[in-house]
Amino acid sequence: MEGTLKNIKLFLFSIFGSIFIFSSLVANAVEIEYWQYTYKARVEAIDKLIANFEKANPGITVKHTNFPYADYRKKVAIAISSGDGPDLVQLYYGWLNDYRDSGLIQPLPKDAFSHSDIESNFFAMVSSMKVDGDYWGLPTAVRSLALFYNNDLFKEAGLSGPPETLDDFVAYAKKLTKRDGSGNIIQEGLALDGGIGQTHHFWREVLVRHFGGQPYSDDGKKIAYNNEAGVKALTYLTDFEKTHKTTSNGFMNRGQDAFAAGKVGLYIDGSFRISKFVKAEGLNFSISELPGHNGKRYNFSSFWANALSSKAKGEKKEAAAKFLAYLTSDEAMQIWLDTVGELPAKPSVALVDANKQHKLYGPFIRGLDYATATTFISEKPQRQAVVDAYDMVVLKGMSPKDALAKVAKDEQEVLDEFFE
Amino acid sequence: MFNKFWSDLSINQKLAITAWIFLAVPIIFYVTIRFYPTYEAFYVSFMKWNLLGAKKYIGFKNYFKIFGDDDFWIVLWNTIKYAVIGVPISLLISFTVAYYLNEIKFGHQTIRAFYFIPFLTTAIAMAWVWRWFYQPMPIGYFNIILSWVGIPQQPFLQSVEQGLYAIMAPAVWAGLGFQIVIFIAGIRAIPKSHFEAAEIDGAGRVQILREIILPALKPTTIFLVVISTIGFLRIFDQVYSMSEDSAGGPLNSTKPLVLMIYDFAFDEYKLGRASALTVILFLLLLTVSLLQLWFMRKQR
Repeated sequence: MEGTLKNIKLFLFSIFGSIFIFSSLVANAVEIEYWQYTYKARVEAIDKLIANFEKANPGITVKHTNFPYADYRKKVAIAISSGDGPDLVQLYYGWLNDYRDSGLIQPLPKDAFSHSDIESNFFAMVSSMKVDGDYWGLPTAVRSLALFYNNDLFKEAGLSGPPETLDDFVAYAKKLTKRDGSGNIIQEGLALDGGIGQTHHFWREVLVRHFGGQPYSDDGKKIAYNNEAGVKALTYLTDFEKTHKTTSNGFMNRGQDAFAAGKVGLYIDGSFRISKFVKAEGLNFSISELPGHNGKRYNFSSFWANALSSKAKGEKKEAAAKFLAYLTSDEAMQIWLDTVGELPAKPSVALVDANKQHKLYGPFIRGLDYATATTFISEKPQRQAVVDAYDMVVLKGMSPKDALAKVAKDEQEVLDEFFE
Repeated sequence: MFNKFWSDLSINQKLAITAWIFLAVPIIFYVTIRFYPTYEAFYVSFMKWNLLGAKKYIGFKNYFKIFGDDDFWIVLWNTIKYAVIGVPISLLISFTVAYYLNEIKFGHQTIRAFYFIPFLTTAIAMAWVWRWFYQPMPIGYFNIILSWVGIPQQPFLQSVEQGLYAIMAPAVWAGLGFQIVIFIAGIRAIPKSHFEAAEIDGAGRVQILREIILPALKPTTIFLVVISTIGFLRIFDQVYSMSEDSAGGPLNSTKPLVLMIYDFAFDEYKLGRASALTVILFLLLLTVSLLQLWFMRKQR
């Protein structure tokens, strides 16, 4: 009798137990959405990271959505404001103010992402994600600039090793330029794309600083380049096309295409361009740090951050925060570097010797040490200011001083409109 | 109940109801897809709005900002240039082609098809091909041809002076096919007896052209002027695809109104300012259309 009772007890216990386990599993099966723009390597990397994360966290599934860059900002804005869309979203750090202002994202919970941890573990430029005492997002990877140069053209021009100073840079560009009988450039010494691409960053964060200035006031509200340093920097940049004639805007469409075709000696770009050049047939290139000046070096860094959307609440927010923690782990960063070619956002991962001395990534990683991330209000009009200044000098023959005064006024309006 | 209602109606009433049911589809479509957004654009043009969050009423501030912006006047002037230069050139070419094409019998259909194909091609694809034509030396066809005849390389799209015309060229080219077909139809609609009478009276080719064909084509020409003026005032695809970074550069020298609207709306998310610009463009197009009606009325 007693045995039967025991059996029944056991039976009931096992039933309730399994119901309990099962129901807790069901309750924990949270699905969160992750959004980014379509770029093959990035999509692959996120898929890999999701697979790893789901294995370690059986209760959470992550739905990965991506679409073309051109529609990205629009779709994110519309989806989140209508209550759909991602729980965790990738955004360019330069859009932070815009996203925050529009109520698309929420601050990271302090218990899961302690400020002292972030500040001691990540590179300094990540501090640009801190506004009003809160962190609003964290990157998996960061980017910096470096100099790509064509080994074969260097050899042909009798050059060895990369240019170390801004003066060398000009001399090298001159030696690497080739023209036909009527003076048309058939091989570009240095490709600049007239301010588009990475050139406006190079001007703002590298050249302006080398010539003793800074692009914006410390609080980011005022233009600070409309002075002698800015004029010198713009003169230096535009002289390549105007005076030294080593550069021709639009040569073979874009600098990156011309460099891939082996028709450019020097070219500045980010580490994400490496994969394109590695695939370019017959291209024999090296990478070095950007040239310095008066013993100093500067660099520009940027990154895509992962942020919690304002839609994520309750258990979805918790799950999204967990996934974010994984995305910013050392393991994820190494996977991202190997898959996408973007640099780890933590010195502990980036600055290991294998990465630092890496033939391709090394110069970028070493550049992170002295890099600044510009705080943009609205990247496009701010980029346009540099592009316009360049065109005014090169196409219209304006003096760099007048050109700079004019675009500084336009850009200041963009800043004022935001801060008013 | 419905059966009784329906059987009580007269045939005319039934016909009217059936007609309205069918008409309701396009009417609803137009009201929801065309008129309502148009009304919204007027409304939003008095607001400050970034696509999210609440709209804030700011009166005429958007308009003041636009009129106080030097770039707006450059862009407006560009837009007018596209129309005022593009329309006469395209009409002149298309009329000339139509006039001679009408006279030949051999290969008429084939040649007409060749002229019409660009009209059917996607503007974006075509603009990109032209963009490559305009490239500097090692790859741009136009510059390669120039170098053969010893003319120095031209900057085309990279130039403040030439950019607008370089972008206008494919737009003119793409519109030719449509205009030619309309012109040929117009010429063919002229009664044969007019030509016969003129020949009997001993009129020459030039006289027939001036006294018969051109006057008879006046309504056709006015129609084409209006259609292509509106087309050029709304130019976008070509500029978006051909200018570097889709910025309408260099230095805004090729930027038309529609691209400025697009930039404000979808790059800077200033929906109020963009709407105010669409209202301005709307008024511009309305003026052109009213002028056409006025000309047509005088015609009769």
